[in-house]
Amino acid sequence: MAKVFVIAEHRAGRLKTSTFELVGAAAGAGNETHVVLLGDGIGELAKELGPYGAKTVHLIQDPALKLYSAEAYSKALSALLKPAGPDIILASHTPTGRDFMPRLAARLGVGLASDCTQIGFNGTELKLRRPVYAGKATAEVEFMGPGPRMATIRPNTVGVPAPDPAKTAEIVNAAANLGTLKSKVLEVVKSSSSRPDVTEVPIVISGGRGLKSAENFKKLEDLADVLGAAVGASRAAVDAGFRPHRDQVGQTGKIVSPTLYIACGISGAIQHLAGMRTSKVIVAINTDAEAPIFQVADYGVVGDLFQVIPNLQEELKKIKEP
Amino acid sequence: MNIFVSIKQIPDTETKIKLNPNNSWIDTTGIKWVLSPFDEIAVEEAIRLKEKNPGSTVTVLSAGPARITEAIRTALAMGADTGIQIELPETADNNLVAKALAATIRREPKFDIVFTGKEAADDGAGQVSQLLAEYLDIPSITVVVSADYSPTSVKCKREIEGGSFEMVEASLPAVIAGQKGMNEPRYASLPNIMKAKKKEIKTLKMADLGISEADQKIRHKNFQLPLPKQAGKRITGDPADQAKELVRLLHQEAKVV
Repeated sequence: MAKVFVIAEHRAGRLKTSTFELVGAAAGAGNETHVVLLGDGIGELAKELGPYGAKTVHLIQDPALKLYSAEAYSKALSALLKPAGPDIILASHTPTGRDFMPRLAARLGVGLASDCTQIGFNGTELKLRRPVYAGKATAEVEFMGPGPRMATIRPNTVGVPAPDPAKTAEIVNAAANLGTLKSKVLEVVKSSSSRPDVTEVPIVISGGRGLKSAENFKKLEDLADVLGAAVGASRAAVDAGFRPHRDQVGQTGKIVSPTLYIACGISGAIQHLAGMRTSKVIVAINTDAEAPIFQVADYGVVGDLFQVIPNLQEELKKIKEP
Repeated sequence: MNIFVSIKQIPDTETKIKLNPNNSWIDTTGIKWVLSPFDEIAVEEAIRLKEKNPGSTVTVLSAGPARITEAIRTALAMGADTGIQIELPETADNNLVAKALAATIRREPKFDIVFTGKEAADDGAGQVSQLLAEYLDIPSITVVVSADYSPTSVKCKREIEGGSFEMVEASLPAVIAGQKGMNEPRYASLPNIMKAKKKEIKTLKMADLGISEADQKIRHKNFQLPLPKQAGKRITGDPADQAKELVRLLHQEAKVV
């Protein structure tokens, strides 16, 4: 059994699902599970963690923690964790977790394994595997020297357990000890796009060079609307100016793992496959029967996407709106 | 301004990865090595900042085996002034690299800003910029898509989840980790490629920097390749039939719509 500290993450007054995942994984493996919750006016959120298995919630509240910042988080956390003597420290591999955890690791003088997609507990040690070369391979991580062991875990790696409302955690207030800060998050600016992000929904429809123009992506958007899907793009489509970089799927874009990935007019360059090959079901629509995308596709449609997609939209409407 | 850029040389993103015989690392034979795409953005940003602040210098830093000279030359050809190559083993972890970079920068008379890519496109960990900032005791801002510089501070737009952004302000010196969209990296012109061959690249060893392999904190082992996928189903017929059959399969067989 290990003394595990999970660093909680929240946005807009809600805890992230990935935090519940880590608490559940640590507690489920029989560890003494602590959660650190940082912010300002977020005391109510602390009560949500007991049902997932947290024994103790350490609540650090300070006006300077109202908006997340790497500097404030790593300072407050190292002040709490150095005397607490954890065996293991976990956070989610999200834009927040991946930002502050290296700074915390440096402050504690230990190693950090980033973006792990397999996690196991073995006494006070962690057994971890992580993708390298954007998932073209994976490797086990071995820590050198004394602990604590630190890792960021990719969301959706272990799944969220069912909460037990009868369980409660002890809530302990801790001081922030921030001192003078050299950086500050001034504000959070919400996305100007009304479309969902490719990393955040179970269905992604991506277009490549085969779409031929930015205007033609409207066809994919219409199809996406039927399924509540996000619209992604290959690097070729982004480089051609058809879509913004935020939509790019691949080694230098976003790594996605949706339930269903529909690749339209994408040939399947290695760097693209690296970004989507772990999707549960892959559909490829392409005129070139020899395109490499078909090697990873569960369902391959050799054909003209401009003819297939309108038909697909009609057929999907039939099952969505019977 | 004294501007620093930390870069990494990585396998070209089109590389098909193979493993060495005992699966302890990848098989590096025949790999085409390139400057990591996010680091091109860092180099470009450094050069633009220099161009706006006459009299500035851009120093490129990279830690790794002998082959990385080539990536440093690429950055010099883009417009950086000098290079520093730190000899580290191929398998050095993020911590050892960050310690080496921090010790190198501390040897310099003055540093105002350090640019990196948001992550190396091979290791994908995204740790070095924050570790480096912590070792230099300065702020770090990661995944930056735009930045406004003043003589003493920087204001950045940092990409977070769901297409949203954080506006972050930090005092200088600071480490800025660039994301795609921050700028469009330039191509080196032929005359600049020729000029870059004459620019100085200093070489440093771990012993020069007071660091050792004990600064390595993690190690990768037991590499595995993903299992090859089973051949999928081909759906034939005219477009209407194909669409109908695909939806049937997704609905009834795969149960994903």
